[in-house]
Amino acid sequence: MAQGQDKDPQESAGTLPREDLSTRVMPGLAARIGSTRLTGIPAPGPGAEATRPPDSAQRGEPARSGAGQLAEGTILQGRYRILGVIGSGGMSTVYKAQDLRFPKVQRLCAVKEMLNTATDPRVRAVMMQNFEREASILATLNHPAIPQVYDYFIEGDRAYLVTELIPGKDLEALLNETEGFFPEAQVVQWAVQVCDVLTYLHTHKPQPIVFRDMKPSNLMLDDQGRIRLVDFGIAKVFQSGAKGTMIGTEGYSPPEQYRGIAEPRGDIYALGATLHHLLTKQDPRLEPPFTFHKRPIHQYNPAVSAELQEIINRALEYDIQKRFGSAEEMKRALLSLKSARGLAATAYMPAPEGVRPDALKVIWQFACEDEVRSSPCIHEGVLYIGAYDNNLYALDAETGKFLWKYATEGGIASSPAVAEGRVFFGSTDGSLYALNAETGRLLWTYPTKGRIYSSPRVQFGHVFIGSDDRHLYAVHAISGRMAWSIEAEGAVRSTPAAGPEAIYVGDEEGVLHAVGVNGRLIWRFRARRAITSSPAVGQDLLYVGSQDWFVYALDLRAGWVVWRYRTDGPVVSSPAVTERTVYVGSADGHVYALDATNGYLVWRYRTGGQVTSSPTVYQGAVYVGSVDGCVYSLDAQTGQLRWRFQTGGPVVSSPRVAHDIVYVGSLDHNVYALPI
Amino acid sequence: MKPNWKSWLGRFRRAEPREEGPPAPPAPVPPAGAPSPRPRLEVGWATDVGRQRGHNEDAVLVVELEQGGYRSSPPTVLLVLADGMGGHRAGEVASALAVRAVARHILQACLMPLSEREHSADEPSLKEVLIEAVCRANELVIEHVPGGGTTLLCALLMGNQAYIANVGDSRAYLVSPGGCRQITRDHSIVDVMVELGQMTAEEAAHHPQRNVLYRAVGQRGPLEVDTFFCRIPPGEVLLLCSDGLWEMVNEGEIAHIVTVSSSLQEACDALVQKANEAGGKDNISVILAASPEPE
Repeated sequence: MAQGQDKDPQESAGTLPREDLSTRVMPGLAARIGSTRLTGIPAPGPGAEATRPPDSAQRGEPARSGAGQLAEGTILQGRYRILGVIGSGGMSTVYKAQDLRFPKVQRLCAVKEMLNTATDPRVRAVMMQNFEREASILATLNHPAIPQVYDYFIEGDRAYLVTELIPGKDLEALLNETEGFFPEAQVVQWAVQVCDVLTYLHTHKPQPIVFRDMKPSNLMLDDQGRIRLVDFGIAKVFQSGAKGTMIGTEGYSPPEQYRGIAEPRGDIYALGATLHHLLTKQDPRLEPPFTFHKRPIHQYNPAVSAELQEIINRALEYDIQKRFGSAEEMKRALLSLKSARGLAATAYMPAPEGVRPDALKVIWQFACEDEVRSSPCIHEGVLYIGAYDNNLYALDAETGKFLWKYATEGGIASSPAVAEGRVFFGSTDGSLYALNAETGRLLWTYPTKGRIYSSPRVQFGHVFIGSDDRHLYAVHAISGRMAWSIEAEGAVRSTPAAGPEAIYVGDEEGVLHAVGVNGRLIWRFRARRAITSSPAVGQDLLYVGSQDWFVYALDLRAGWVVWRYRTDGPVVSSPAVTERTVYVGSADGHVYALDATNGYLVWRYRTGGQVTSSPTVYQGAVYVGSVDGCVYSLDAQTGQLRWRFQTGGPVVSSPRVAHDIVYVGSLDHNVYALPI
Repeated sequence: MKPNWKSWLGRFRRAEPREEGPPAPPAPVPPAGAPSPRPRLEVGWATDVGRQRGHNEDAVLVVELEQGGYRSSPPTVLLVLADGMGGHRAGEVASALAVRAVARHILQACLMPLSEREHSADEPSLKEVLIEAVCRANELVIEHVPGGGTTLLCALLMGNQAYIANVGDSRAYLVSPGGCRQITRDHSIVDVMVELGQMTAEEAAHHPQRNVLYRAVGQRGPLEVDTFFCRIPPGEVLLLCSDGLWEMVNEGEIAHIVTVSSSLQEACDALVQKANEAGGKDNISVILAASPEPE
């Protein structure tokens, strides 16, 4: 190693493994330090296989002592007048220069100077060989997207490579300057050009050339808007089966490159990584390596077509065999895209995947006389649901046949609960009702002093329910007598949740109350806006949404915030919790899947309207309604749409699943039974 | 506290109808004169230079917090472990600075506020506090230890619940008599390769670049911190260690040593000894913590 072995842990990818492992290399660090690469042949580094510090130009280090840069006005070989430094770093500097052999015109060129400061003669020799290799590879190439080599010479102890100067910007700089995303058609057009030049390199005779360092900063957009491939510092003549050293740029390099394998399909992977970066603006150097599949493009940029994503995913396959066999094959795939035919890609919305909405056959539907905001409850073959027509309906769950209804004095928003042969629900007339679940006969009512939007929670023989009179009530399920009530700070519309030690409920002033089974307050948590969402009890955490846009995970016993996740709108939807994931909707239109233990986003799915309905998880699928009128079925693991079903009005009711049938109400007055 | 639904409801059913709140269950009466037994966390730790290094670049920090009396909080302990890197003593300076920075931030930001009963969205979440603590340490290391870097692993253990933040390849495990379950993920290239099925665990263990990290404290640019939350099951022990332990001693041996030791401190010492016997190629740091047995 030539450079300060122990001093700089930021030496980077491609660094030889060191004897002393205490100095552990952190590859990619240098690459993280923002970058604006300049024009010309921006290749810093001589491309020595084992010593190339990538992008060290960007470290902002002072020029190495003893390797002073050429002063402006210096003339090399009596021919190239140095006009200034384009970029420098690592072991080389790139200058802008004027070719004096063309006195009448200003013919500009790029002069790359290798500063061979290594003291070890063997290292010096290797570096020189590598520099020569870059020069000779370039010299044999003739493609419009590859800069032309004009000259190569040695002056004193320095080697120089003179090439065409490419005026323009590299794609990384362009990406950083651009607000919003590049249009898909634009990126596809670039990708096709890159495939062209890769095809040229990979089919080069006598031997294919592997570029090995595909990334946005090595793609220049010239004045004519054409893509030019620059920096052949580590390009390599491909020798089948030969093992080399790990090299390339962290974040873009294919997995096999770390095993010393450099072959043409590695460039295809790196092109996939580059396209992913260009479309998502997510810099892969800042992410764990090889995690593109965990960061699907549509998650960041929904305008990108599913077809293009598929192409990129295939380029990014870990398994070499699963990638495109050649750049030519990838180009053909790209050309088959709609966006490649010059169609406006910006307005392109992904078509609904999976089953066509009209292919879903309704098992039955039942029309109430007003909106159905309540969520169904299915118990022993009977579906119970409330409607704004004041009635609580009992329907045969299998056939939708009407069994009975019970009229209250107000609309029913509350979702019924069944226990001990009774169905419990609240009404906006202010009362909590208990009916015989079989006959619909009234057993008792418990009147509160406010409307009831909250839904009953039945636990150990008691019914817990909130009211707009700002109280949470505990009412004995059999007798209808109140055990206790606690006063909240605002109306209680949230549905109480029961944990092993407490009842949890939110209020419209944003306070979440943890109340002991004896009616005593255990702890309180104050959000910034109303908590209308109903808490969900996990193993150690309590999950709840707030209209302050956050989903909170609170310590079940003490109420402190363990994590929170900010959506882009109020969260009225109540979370559904599985062992590892929390599913919840937001008024921002998305359904979110969050890691239950640490709140990281697993996926999110965009519906056409606010999601105030609460998700239900059943056999690997999430079911949820949206104000856009649809009921959605999403893959619980990936967030991919399984199907959606359009009703005639917003769906704020939360679906329930029983015996492989999904039940849900809609503001179109209907209750639907759909196949899972 | 155990669920007491049944006992309360039993009591309540005998109460007068419409009573506003039944009496709270009486606290268990301790025998006269004897102090009531208090739940305690057990902690042990050790750090050692190993057999082949000139100096110890690891750092360990432990803070215990216990409170008795009215509204006592669960016993709490903060554990921090760092494995420094970088020549010219930068590694040991970086790791020492990092553990102190993390501890300072966590103590200030949340340890005392957590014992309150009223919480609000104006307080940062525990996850945010942990991430912020590591990011502060990162800034300090960048500022004061140029050329130095460190792994950083911290765990806040409250009762039987552990909140963990990690950057690098120091590891947190749950150790039971049956074996070790790794909680953290290494931020090493080989770890990702293994995860992707591009390399076997065996190949990774001997890969020349197995120590190459893609994420560490001391790097410029945004630092992504992994956080974990887990409950420590009864009879299991939380282990934090540097690679000087896990590279030298396999998980089965670790579990065995922890299980047969009579105290966690003894276990820590025995683990260090085992790593040294296996060659002690790197500095070795170990922290063990067990939650109080449930009453």
